[in-house]
Amino acid sequence: MPGLEDLYREIILDHYRNPRNRGELEVPPAHKAEGFNPLCGDEIVVYLQLDGDGKVEDIRIGGQGCSISQSSASMMSAAVKGKTIDEVNDLTKAFKAMMSIHESALEGGEGATDAATGETDGVPDVKLGDLEALRGVVKFPVRIKCATLAWNTLAQGIDEAVAETA
Amino acid sequence: MALTTTDPIDAALVKADFPLLSRTVHGKPIVYLDSAATSQKPAVVLDAMQRYYETINANVHRGVYAIAEEATNQMELARGKVRRFVNARSDAEVVFTKNATEALNLVVQSWGRANLAEGDAVVLTHMEHHANIVPWQMLQRERGIEIRWIPLDDEGRLDLTDLDQLLDGAKALGVTAMSNVLGTFNPVRRLTDAARAAGAISVVDGCQSVPHSTTDLQELGADFLAFSAHKLCGPTGIGVLCGREELLEAMPPFLGGGEMIRDVSVDGFTTNDLPWKFEAGTPPIAEAIGLGAAVDYLSAIGMDRVRAHERSLTDYAFRTLSERFGDDLRVHGPQNADERGGVFSFAFKDLHPHDISQVLDQHAVCVRAGHHCAKPLMKTMGVGATARASVYVYNDTSDIDALADALDATGDFFAF
Repeated sequence: MPGLEDLYREIILDHYRNPRNRGELEVPPAHKAEGFNPLCGDEIVVYLQLDGDGKVEDIRIGGQGCSISQSSASMMSAAVKGKTIDEVNDLTKAFKAMMSIHESALEGGEGATDAATGETDGVPDVKLGDLEALRGVVKFPVRIKCATLAWNTLAQGIDEAVAETA
Repeated sequence: MALTTTDPIDAALVKADFPLLSRTVHGKPIVYLDSAATSQKPAVVLDAMQRYYETINANVHRGVYAIAEEATNQMELARGKVRRFVNARSDAEVVFTKNATEALNLVVQSWGRANLAEGDAVVLTHMEHHANIVPWQMLQRERGIEIRWIPLDDEGRLDLTDLDQLLDGAKALGVTAMSNVLGTFNPVRRLTDAARAAGAISVVDGCQSVPHSTTDLQELGADFLAFSAHKLCGPTGIGVLCGREELLEAMPPFLGGGEMIRDVSVDGFTTNDLPWKFEAGTPPIAEAIGLGAAVDYLSAIGMDRVRAHERSLTDYAFRTLSERFGDDLRVHGPQNADERGGVFSFAFKDLHPHDISQVLDQHAVCVRAGHHCAKPLMKTMGVGATARASVYVYNDTSDIDALADALDATGDFFAF
């Protein structure tokens, strides 16, 4: 049985207590994207400032939600700052692959523990660093949406920002 | 249990009637505090449904053979039990639906589309469940009807200061008898009287009130009352719409198909008698029989005793939570147990409801976290979500104590 310590790793609680890059950016020049989890009412606002080379020059996070959604957003903001859009996209893919539930996890079988570690086709080989701490969320399937909310919102923001400048 | 007793309920005895409540979760005895979402089912309900499938499974209102007749009789017997349970005037006024949501959609789609035109006003409250909001908003999109809202006061009661103004010229009033978030009992009779005086019909959502207190449709004065079986010790898959016969008679059918027709030709159809006019297709037969058994079960205990039991548990919960957590815990809604049912939405420290319910789960304490399908209310309350504990006839003070212990552990876990 997965325990609370699998879900609430110390680094997650740290980001929850002391969220990084919390706040707003002026729109425009920044882009703003909003994401909602209709299930629990959590909301994430991502303010995104891209520089001329397509790098994430600055990012700010607003909104409210549980410790998982808030810490995931905070860790994401730290992870993508200064990265190119391509690098961010790779990171997003790798993160979401880590968060994808495999059938064994849904069945709650022995394989559940290692469900997210299996090789998945097309997943970029990037280091997730601190984001690895969120791996345990997969063991609590209803919380996966909390962890991915910020990343989905970021992806939406990048798409919109790129479309606008194209 | 004797039918007439007014003795307090022995929740331990009641608990023993519910097979699920003897299981463990994460190695601990389950503490089920989410009956506002769905209730557990007593063995008598499960047995009645099993018996139907094992001995009289046949389609109803069709076959002339023995078991088909028995199945039909059992289902219609269940309808009579439900009629007596809420004191509807006749079986024709008791329509079985898929759930309470479908019952409310039936009213809006059938009565609403036949009677409401652009600019017509419907009055709702800020504490409605989405099921009594969205169907009306769908009609608003289609027809351009106006929706007016009864606001709330600081303690989560309806603010009826401007009631007459809001109802002026309105055609319908939709109101919940008891809030699924705040626990507030609404003054239904006062509201249905005011609606009638204004020429509006009243549509009452009884999902939270019918399972927990005596319901008398004649006293409520409601034109329509919707509720679900699964919050009432019954099965999922069946809800009830009680409606005044004159209104149901005049309404066009909702869903079309078998059962709801008297005659069909290539030129058209004529509708069946009430209530079957609104029961297209094979109905939830086993579920109706299960609902009948649930109503029998609760009636044997006595709904006044159920209410008295939950009222005293509400008192106990307020006292216990206040003693143990002081200002760290705030229960939303009316603070007086006379004004509310056993539904406690609460804020605890500054913890998010998801995090609270996650830790409570580790202690086998089941509470709901989220917006409870009442997002307009969440906005009014200025919160995104709440944690909600709710009690029923099988809960006792030990469940409240277990909740408090688990909350203590939650506070410790997130202490920073």
